[in-house]
Amino acid sequence: MRPSPARLLNILVPVKRAVDYSVKIRVNPQQTGIDTNVKHSMNPFDEIAVEEAIRMRERLPPGTVKHIKAISIGPPKALDVLRTALAVGADSAAHVALPENAPAPEPLAIAKTLASYINIQNSDPAKVEKDGKVDVVILGKQAIDDDLGVTGQMLAGLLGWGQATFASKVEVDVGKNEVVVTREIDGGAEEVRCRLPVVITTDLRLNEPRYASLPNIMKAKKKPVEKLSPSDLGIDYTPQLTTLRVTEPPKRVGGGKVGSVEELVERLKDAGITGV
Amino acid sequence: MFRLAARSARPLRAVRPAARTFATSRCVREEHRQPTSLDTFTEEEQMLRESVRRFAVDVVGPKVREMDENEMMDPSIIKGLFEQGLMGIETSAEHSGAECSFTSAIIAIEELAKIDPSVSVLCDVHNTLVNTVVRKYGTKEQQDKYLPKLSESWLGSFCLSEAASGSDAFALQTRAKKEGSHWILNGSKMWITNSYEAEFFLVFANIDPSKGYKGITCFIVEKDMGVQVAKKEQKLGIRASSTCTLSFDDVKVPEENVLGGEGNGYKIAIEILNEGRIGIAAQMLGLAQGAFDKAVPYTFERKQFGQPIGTFQSMQHQMAKAAIEIEAARLLTYNAARRKEEGLSFTREAAMAKYYASVVAQNVSGQAIEWCGGIGFTRETGIEKYWRDSKIGAIYEGTSNIQLQTIAKFIQKDYSS
Repeated sequence: MRPSPARLLNILVPVKRAVDYSVKIRVNPQQTGIDTNVKHSMNPFDEIAVEEAIRMRERLPPGTVKHIKAISIGPPKALDVLRTALAVGADSAAHVALPENAPAPEPLAIAKTLASYINIQNSDPAKVEKDGKVDVVILGKQAIDDDLGVTGQMLAGLLGWGQATFASKVEVDVGKNEVVVTREIDGGAEEVRCRLPVVITTDLRLNEPRYASLPNIMKAKKKPVEKLSPSDLGIDYTPQLTTLRVTEPPKRVGGGKVGSVEELVERLKDAGITGV
Repeated sequence: MFRLAARSARPLRAVRPAARTFATSRCVREEHRQPTSLDTFTEEEQMLRESVRRFAVDVVGPKVREMDENEMMDPSIIKGLFEQGLMGIETSAEHSGAECSFTSAIIAIEELAKIDPSVSVLCDVHNTLVNTVVRKYGTKEQQDKYLPKLSESWLGSFCLSEAASGSDAFALQTRAKKEGSHWILNGSKMWITNSYEAEFFLVFANIDPSKGYKGITCFIVEKDMGVQVAKKEQKLGIRASSTCTLSFDDVKVPEENVLGGEGNGYKIAIEILNEGRIGIAAQMLGLAQGAFDKAVPYTFERKQFGQPIGTFQSMQHQMAKAAIEIEAARLLTYNAARRKEEGLSFTREAAMAKYYASVVAQNVSGQAIEWCGGIGFTRETGIEKYWRDSKIGAIYEGTSNIQLQTIAKFIQKDYSS
């Protein structure tokens, strides 16, 4: 039996413009969310995803990774994050533009957007001819501002693709048409083998992202950025979830010292812990 | 630029920061460009700032104390600077540079100085003195031969000062004598930054003392030609930056290494030090900001008499005054940089920026120590380092008195009949 020709990879990296990790988060006065008039940057887990895509290109034989595209769904400022992805090494970018003051898109809407984009790409003969079908989507496991952590999984479900989440190691075997991913789970680590196409979400220990060097920042200017509107993809971003209230965690109050185990049990009983 | 698609939809007179096009070091002046505020930067400049800031915090930061205590620049930092493309900021892409604006270099110097002024001056001297001289005055052969090396791996050094000639630079004694197709250099240079690690030296020597300063010529000297590091200075501040005495003992330099023509050395030196001044201003500015950024958060954590010390009015007024000084130094520096980019005269502005930034650096870093009390005085937190590093600002690349003299000359010219 003749082996199928080696597959060329076309990698899509969704990235989010999130509140910067160094910002001191404050709840807004209305208690409906956090103050977003602060510094934003690329979600750190998404930075790791971009880095991994570039490393895949560097690790595999030259030419195996045909194209790396970064995509972001958000207000005009999301372009900054796409520029950073281009400066670090992505080949092109796509921006699904939402209005400036629109509410933050929800994971299901994001997943639907990405699925729609991928399906349009993969069914367009000209695009498939040029870069191949999108067969690897790699993104952060969660965004550090909302910590929802579901977009990757939803996307895999919508596309009907395999998923390997919380990746701490990714090995691609193009000949066998599969990826082997080490996942970080509560009990330790788990190795999964997935056929392509696949959705991978990145965990912290996967890699350490590189800095955008100055020549690459300048090269990024010439890389194409595709502009899309929600109507191009047929997605409705009306929020399905209502946030009831956002509060800060309760301030820590002092504890007390006890003299003996018996006293400890008494105090626990008084506090209403009845298991003792 | 990316904004082509969006731009065509917007009316021409829309004023946006991205309207600036300082992508190359050539001066670009759009006919209908609206004036913008001084803290307006192109997208590339903003991205560069972010990138250098992260590099400085992540890579340089952890090594600052060790380099200062050991008085030695970590080779991995120099390598990192080259890899990030920060050692050929204005150099053309053809010569492996990043082809960015002069302001981009200023931004990089400022961001590095916020973390370590020693690393900042290494980058500053290499870019604004060494690279620029080769780019401006070098022949095509010299540029093709040396600029790529300077962008990729060779550190450069600018050798003008000597034991007996600092401010009076043109009283230099290093001599060059022609022998066949070579020049033989003899003499010594003192106070030379980067000299311990450098491969490439721009050496100013006099080929004809009878002509006075008009005999001063700039030579490109490679380390292999026989440059000897005689003594490494032990300094008060910027200790990781190597400052050495160099000896030239019958150093043979091929005649094609004369840069800018025989007898033009003094002109090159004057013009280049003008630009270098803005670089030092940026270093001092970054230093002041770095000290401020380190000290102020502490004042809001440290509580005495039941409240954070940063909430006492006397402290607040001090911090406000320091912030004003830093802002003023910043505007002087960036205005001088932009004027240079636009091809306007900038000698006066550069002198003002360098002078004032060095004063502000001293003031703010000194205050930063006081705001942090005992903690500020110990070497562990790195706050006192800024103060020690700031002292050199008033001394090198033109002493403060020289800067004041330069400014005074302009005043006299403008106001006397």
